[in-house]
Amino acid sequence: MSSDSILSVDRLTMRFGGIIAVNDLSFAAERRKITALIGPNGAGKTTVFNCITGFYRASSGTMRLTHDSGKQIQLERLNDFRISKQAKVARTFQNIRLFPGMTALENLMVAQHNALMLASGLTFLGLIGAPSWRSAENRAIDQARLWLDRIGLLERADDAAGNLPYGDQRRLEIARAMCTEPALLCLDEPAAGLNTRESAALSELLFSIRADHGASILLIEHDMSVVMQISDHVVVMDYGMKIAEGSPQDVRDDPKVIAAYLGADEQEAIAVMESGT
Amino acid sequence: MSAPAPEPAAASSGLNAAYIFKKSLISALVALVLFSLMIGIRTEAGPTGQLVYWTRFGDLALMVAGVFGGSILIELLRRWWGPVTVTRVVPASVQTGLALARRAIAPLLLIFTVLVPVIFYDQRYILDLGILVLTYVMLGWGLNVVVGLAGLLDLGYVAFYAVGAYSYALLATNFGLSFWICLPLAGILAALWGVMLGFPVLRLRGDYLAIVTLAFGEIIRLVIINWQSLTGGPNGVSGIPRPTLFGIPLTPGDNGLAAKLGIEFSPTHRIVFLFYLILGLALLTNWVTIRLRRLPIGRAWEALREDEVACRALGINTTTTKLTAFATGAMFGGFAGAFFATRQGFISPESFTFQESALVLAIVVLGGMGSQLGVALAALTMIGGFELFRGLDQYRMLVFGFAMVLLMIWRPRGLIGHRAPTVFLKHSHAISSDLVKEGHG
Repeated sequence: MSSDSILSVDRLTMRFGGIIAVNDLSFAAERRKITALIGPNGAGKTTVFNCITGFYRASSGTMRLTHDSGKQIQLERLNDFRISKQAKVARTFQNIRLFPGMTALENLMVAQHNALMLASGLTFLGLIGAPSWRSAENRAIDQARLWLDRIGLLERADDAAGNLPYGDQRRLEIARAMCTEPALLCLDEPAAGLNTRESAALSELLFSIRADHGASILLIEHDMSVVMQISDHVVVMDYGMKIAEGSPQDVRDDPKVIAAYLGADEQEAIAVMESGT
Repeated sequence: MSAPAPEPAAASSGLNAAYIFKKSLISALVALVLFSLMIGIRTEAGPTGQLVYWTRFGDLALMVAGVFGGSILIELLRRWWGPVTVTRVVPASVQTGLALARRAIAPLLLIFTVLVPVIFYDQRYILDLGILVLTYVMLGWGLNVVVGLAGLLDLGYVAFYAVGAYSYALLATNFGLSFWICLPLAGILAALWGVMLGFPVLRLRGDYLAIVTLAFGEIIRLVIINWQSLTGGPNGVSGIPRPTLFGIPLTPGDNGLAAKLGIEFSPTHRIVFLFYLILGLALLTNWVTIRLRRLPIGRAWEALREDEVACRALGINTTTTKLTAFATGAMFGGFAGAFFATRQGFISPESFTFQESALVLAIVVLGGMGSQLGVALAALTMIGGFELFRGLDQYRMLVFGFAMVLLMIWRPRGLIGHRAPTVFLKHSHAISSDLVKEGHG
């Protein structure tokens, strides 16, 4: 395990009754790198995500997050909102979870809740319209405007999020997660349902997030072309266990991975992997 | 379905006419089948116990015709004002005109309300009705924070109204504290009870939350009835002091307001004072709610209504967010309760039954969840409209229920169904109610 890993998961196990969804999984996500978690359907990828982001309490194992400052946080000891608030881990969802009845801008404002809550003096300063609150609010709007511009939705800032096209909603969800100023961004299938052009735009967005914001990214993805193109490190899971790990190139050529993905029909597997590059 | 060009519009309206006709015909057929036995044939036990029956085909035909005509009428009205998915038959120019008129409603309503005591000075009945309507407007605005913004279904709102009323009544009669000191105390006490209710129900959602809040409302009422030594039980608390204008009582005596201003005393002065008092309290509720919506806490409430899981993923503490919603709503309920106590001069548990909770909730739902103007209009319709039908005696409830059903058919998301954004970059577009969630709890 590299010493400069932002997240190191050690022997994570998650049981639901008799079913073992994640079995003794260990991996690390490096700082300012894009780590992909791949595997066939039902391999336990989303369960790992839910453990990391506090939606599930892991049955056993540890998850250590190390901030740039060197501060270490054991994620398994925090729960739900504290993971995002204190550990600075943000996530998106496989089925988009925007606030559909709020505008794109409002969605990004809600994401800055904790910072704005302090700025509004726990509401009291905001209620009397204190100047410090007003300037904090304007800064938050500028931050939201910046992100809307980056995802190309500045023109639609005042439209309801639920009215946006699917691809825009995906990007807005990523922007919303980034507005919480995370150290680690977890993306659950960000390219699902996107066309070729949209996934190219997504790759670009993720590259720029890594380059400009110093955020580390952990993503689950099915779209192999996206995985091969953008990830620095790939972890492959099957039946709750890690079956391979390495650079996209290494993983792509691993016979175990090919077998897991496409079963016995190796010829087809190779064809899919080839098309991925 | 919608057709921009004139010719297809005509064609589609022809098609619509056929569709409406067919739909009404089906309704009439169903009515015929049902009513032929229920109304068409009347049976009774004869004098010797045998079955006597006779037919009433005239009445049957009348009923079926009524259903046929009625369903055509309802379908036409639905197309006039119906939900977004239905084709509008109203031309665009009329729609923009209506939109402009809609924007003027709120200021006009406010100006009219301020002028009510001037216009109807010598009509005590109208002033009393105005005070009643404004009380419910305030209660509606208070509950709107919990139900409309945070999406938490609260069936026991009357509990906070009761806490506010008894707080003022007991503090004023036992310790002689003035209304203006008791008012904030009543609000704080009600907010405390809101937090106390909030804690156990935090994990509950939807129906379960509704049941627990309903029980909470009943518990408060039962405690008031049974704690005789403190609350006087079913006899209530009487002799509650009237409010004063910052220490100056509105009485006929030498130190009364009338004597100090050098005008002749009239009992109407107190009514007018109460009217402006509740108007001020209601407007305060409105102002605070509007401000809160634009603050992070208000946005968090609305986000909670939209998607609680996403809120947690963004680091929002859903526990405190829910508790603040309960506490804020309860505080306004407490203010309204204190006002109620000082206006009545006498309170008893009978004033705080579940029916009150249901009425306030109906106002919020009818008004369009989350809309301040909608709630005010709904309170006016519910309380004022109910009084309007007083002349109909025993049919009053029937007519009123019918009006409610019609309203819910046309506007299933309430009178004002759309949501106004709290912040915007260029233009503030109203958000269609189809996108706004009602909340899960």
